[in-house]
Amino acid sequence: MTEFTPWSALIGGMLLGLSVTMLMLLSGKTAGVSGVLAGIFGANNKDRAWRVAFVIAMAASLLFDPLMGLESAALPDYSLTWLLVGGLAVGIGTQLANGCTSGHGICGIGRLSMRSIIATAVFMLSAALMVWLSGGVYV
Amino acid sequence: MFKILVGLITGLLFGLGMNISGMVNPYKVLNFLDVTGNWDGSLALVIGGALLVFLPSYHLFIKPRTHAINGDEIPVPQQALTPKLIIGSIIFGIGWGMVGICPGPAVASLLRGESAIYWFMASMLLGHYASRKILWPVKD
Repeated sequence: MTEFTPWSALIGGMLLGLSVTMLMLLSGKTAGVSGVLAGIFGANNKDRAWRVAFVIAMAASLLFDPLMGLESAALPDYSLTWLLVGGLAVGIGTQLANGCTSGHGICGIGRLSMRSIIATAVFMLSAALMVWLSGGVYV
Repeated sequence: MFKILVGLITGLLFGLGMNISGMVNPYKVLNFLDVTGNWDGSLALVIGGALLVFLPSYHLFIKPRTHAINGDEIPVPQQALTPKLIIGSIIFGIGWGMVGICPGPAVASLLRGESAIYWFMASMLLGHYASRKILWPVKD
């Protein structure tokens, strides 16, 4: 069980909003993390450099956690099979849907794209159903 | 060079957002999805906060432009609703509901040194590859 943390959620969310705004306004790019990752390993290497920079800086953000007094919570004790199947589904799904929580959920909804609004509703429902069906193994 | 610098700054902001908001904690994600259990609504406010900034910024500053400040074209959002989009979203939801990790939090957690994150990333990238090469071939 986790606590409702409205302020940190809102402030963190606003930083995500600022990030996607800047990326689109300055460089004309959509900050969907699945797309950024897929682009690094895809054959189209025209945009590889900024994508790698984005991923490195994003990973490095963890180093600022102690300064902000943030502690990383422990991860669930996943079974390896469950984790691998979940990861595979996330990879296949985001590739087919051409986006994930950031691409469709933030950038797409923000642009009022009907396709993204539907995609977000579908993956939210499907994820909630999965948690319910699996009896909330790691909840 | 400009594009790389923008990538660094926006990547850092994005990662800070992931860490501060608690998106990096799979328990928080799973509790958000657990609507019939001990629901934690925080993640609705993460998306809400992001849209609070991005939605007006997009419509006021970005949409009126055809090109970004660096001169690159701003892509027009696709609107086509395809079976592929729906199937993909269902499959993504299944995986997200299983483990509570999606691509953003996975990248923001890379430096934690937890093997679970590396297994997740490896399998997610394998999924990308499988989908592009086998399930639904994409021309690059």
